[in-house]
Amino acid sequence: MGTIWFCIVAVMLAAYVVMDGFDLGAGIIYLVVAKTSADRQRIHKAIGPVWDGNEVWLLAAGGTLYFAFPQLYASGFSGFYLPLMIVLWLLMLRAIGLEFRHHIENPVWQGFLDVVFSVSSMLLAIFFGAALGNVIRGVPLNQDGYFFLALWTNFKVSALPGVLDWYTIMAGVVALVTLTVHGALYIAIKTEEELSLRARAVAVVLWPLQFFLTCSSLAATYFIRPQLMNNYENHPIGLLVPLLVFASLGVMIWASPKGKEKLAFVASGTYITAMLVGAVFALYPVVLPSSGDPANSLTIANSLAGEHGLRVGLVWWSLGMVLAVGYFVFLYRMFRGKVRLEEPGY
Amino acid sequence: MARKIMDSALLVHRLHFAFTVTFHYLFPQLTMGLAPLIVVLKTLALRHNNPRYDEAARFWAKIFGINFVLGVVTGIPMEFQFGTNWSHFSRYAGGVIGQTLAMEGVFSFFLESAFLGLFLYGAKRLSPRAHWWSAVAVCAGAWLSGFFIVATDAWMQHPVGYAPSPGGGLQLASFWELMLNPWAWWQYAHTMSGAVVTGAFVMVSTGAFYLLWGKWTEHAKLFVKIGVIAGVIASVVQLFPTGDGQGRMIALHQPVTLAAMEALFTGQPGAPLVILGQPNVEEKKIDNPLVVPEMLSFLTYKRWHAHIDGLDAFPKDQWPDNIPLLYYSYHIMVGLGTIFIAEMLVACLLLWNGSLYRARWMLWILMLSLPFPYIANTAGWMTAELGRQPWLVYGLMRTADGYSKLVSAANGWFTLLGFFGIYTLLGILFLFMLRRTIEQGPEGEVSHPPLTAGGN
Repeated sequence: MGTIWFCIVAVMLAAYVVMDGFDLGAGIIYLVVAKTSADRQRIHKAIGPVWDGNEVWLLAAGGTLYFAFPQLYASGFSGFYLPLMIVLWLLMLRAIGLEFRHHIENPVWQGFLDVVFSVSSMLLAIFFGAALGNVIRGVPLNQDGYFFLALWTNFKVSALPGVLDWYTIMAGVVALVTLTVHGALYIAIKTEEELSLRARAVAVVLWPLQFFLTCSSLAATYFIRPQLMNNYENHPIGLLVPLLVFASLGVMIWASPKGKEKLAFVASGTYITAMLVGAVFALYPVVLPSSGDPANSLTIANSLAGEHGLRVGLVWWSLGMVLAVGYFVFLYRMFRGKVRLEEPGY
Repeated sequence: MARKIMDSALLVHRLHFAFTVTFHYLFPQLTMGLAPLIVVLKTLALRHNNPRYDEAARFWAKIFGINFVLGVVTGIPMEFQFGTNWSHFSRYAGGVIGQTLAMEGVFSFFLESAFLGLFLYGAKRLSPRAHWWSAVAVCAGAWLSGFFIVATDAWMQHPVGYAPSPGGGLQLASFWELMLNPWAWWQYAHTMSGAVVTGAFVMVSTGAFYLLWGKWTEHAKLFVKIGVIAGVIASVVQLFPTGDGQGRMIALHQPVTLAAMEALFTGQPGAPLVILGQPNVEEKKIDNPLVVPEMLSFLTYKRWHAHIDGLDAFPKDQWPDNIPLLYYSYHIMVGLGTIFIAEMLVACLLLWNGSLYRARWMLWILMLSLPFPYIANTAGWMTAELGRQPWLVYGLMRTADGYSKLVSAANGWFTLLGFFGIYTLLGILFLFMLRRTIEQGPEGEVSHPPLTAGGN
């Protein structure tokens, strides 16, 4: 039962990163590729109907995490208190930048909101990457299963790290580049002509960097936590996951320059999913490793909710997901195709 | 002493949640209240071939959209704070309330957000009937969301369906007991009719403003009419049966709270209802009292001489820790609720004899009433939450035991100040956009649609 919910939460988080990831990426490239006011409107229109629904995956994943692993939620959220609060503020700033632009005609304020939108998207990508980095590196859990992390200490990976050290900053940069490419491919699909070409060029130009960062982050992970290889050694089938990571990178560099943006976008989504699955596979059955005494690590077994609740949950969760996937298929079908500015919204 | 209080992490964490949730609830109460009214407008639009109904629906959808975005961005911190600021509570009770919180995410957020996108953007892409359905789906999502949150709070007020878990916390013992918690259903009915009161007053107030201004008068009459009809129903339902039922739940399960709400320091048969006066906790009496004799006994037990327990019947460590604030919140809620009923009944009579649209004095009253449902709803929630003190989970866990012990007061103040700042900014932007939308009026094609990338 614990393993099922472990997988469910992982799938929901991956869904969030893949879906809201392209909204963030669109925000990151926004100031670079959108040269005219019309271009900016096109990008807004490409993510406008979907970004809010995508962000809901974060909420739903958080709620499910709370439901299935209350101990992990309590410990992780209070321990990552400061970075999570900053993430909340950034999510608000992004929403302000996105939604309030059309209520203000003044170009000065519009320019300001554009910067708010883009910078908050960028910082969110970095913070999400750093968050994953923290979970892989481990946190200084005490015997009660709690911890509190400063934003930074000396930027070294030690038993008493900060949220930001060289490893988690690197993870943040990986996320930044990955989501930039992901968003650029989405914008390339949803727009036409020059804007689409410029967005595609971003994805192509960043590919070598993405490849380099993927390799170095895998090496760095092995360097700081060699025990993460145990699951791969015991279950070599897991090695298919890194294989998939590199295969999707290959597809991306093959497809993007040829204008096959849809294929490249799918490959980018696969890449993100495979990176996350790779991390999760390595951690299992630990959900939050201790950077000090390994006995303090939070595992599926010691942070799981009660049996009855989890069994009931399986029923309504399945039902809810069928519905949610249905809504999303319908929503994306409704707004499929390239965005057109002449078509007014409500 | 003062220094000690200001340093207390418990105080900061309480203020943190109280401030963010109070600000947050300004938005969902309108979206939940407005959603059924928008469905009414869309239904009229579907039935009658009059563009005014569709224009009205579109106008209110704009207002809804602005509020929805604010509701979402201020709502995410609420979910986070269960973990960040109240981790000991989450560890203890997460096995039970995780059910309702996760169900909210899975069932209502997806529904609401996906269909709001369709509703706001899809007018041209959907058939009129499909567009009507998207309005219904948004409404259903909003109301479901309300249920799961109220069910969570109701469990904290009156815990049911739980069992101790091996780890020292609680786990779910019965899903249906949790869902069918009688407290939850009364509180839900009361909360939702309170939201409709806000939605109706906002609609009436906007209509009254247009009528007094002399612009968009045909739309304005529609707003006033629908708002007054919804308002009179909702404000009566707010008193009876929902307010009455909620009160009986408190009398039954939290008698000490009832005594504190009424500031009844000494138990007595034929207890009076205090209309005005300041509770004097030190001397255990009401200063400057204005009371209706025996009324409290009658309202609670329907008998004039029934005995009501006062605060003296309970040990002091069970008393709510802020009796004056609880007392004022409750009295403000009830006082405003009574005024709403009277105001809406008068408006309804004028509407019935056809003179409401010309009765400028009444239009002025209706227009200026806008803030009061917000105050009443806020006061109602303060009554519920202050009344639950000193418990976080009633009878099981004290508030002082539930906060994150490793998050210091300094870190709590740091982020609370951050929220003060960012919510001030949000509030200013919100009012600015609302004023702009209202002054643009409901007529014709929208020149600058909300939430969209362009349109022209």
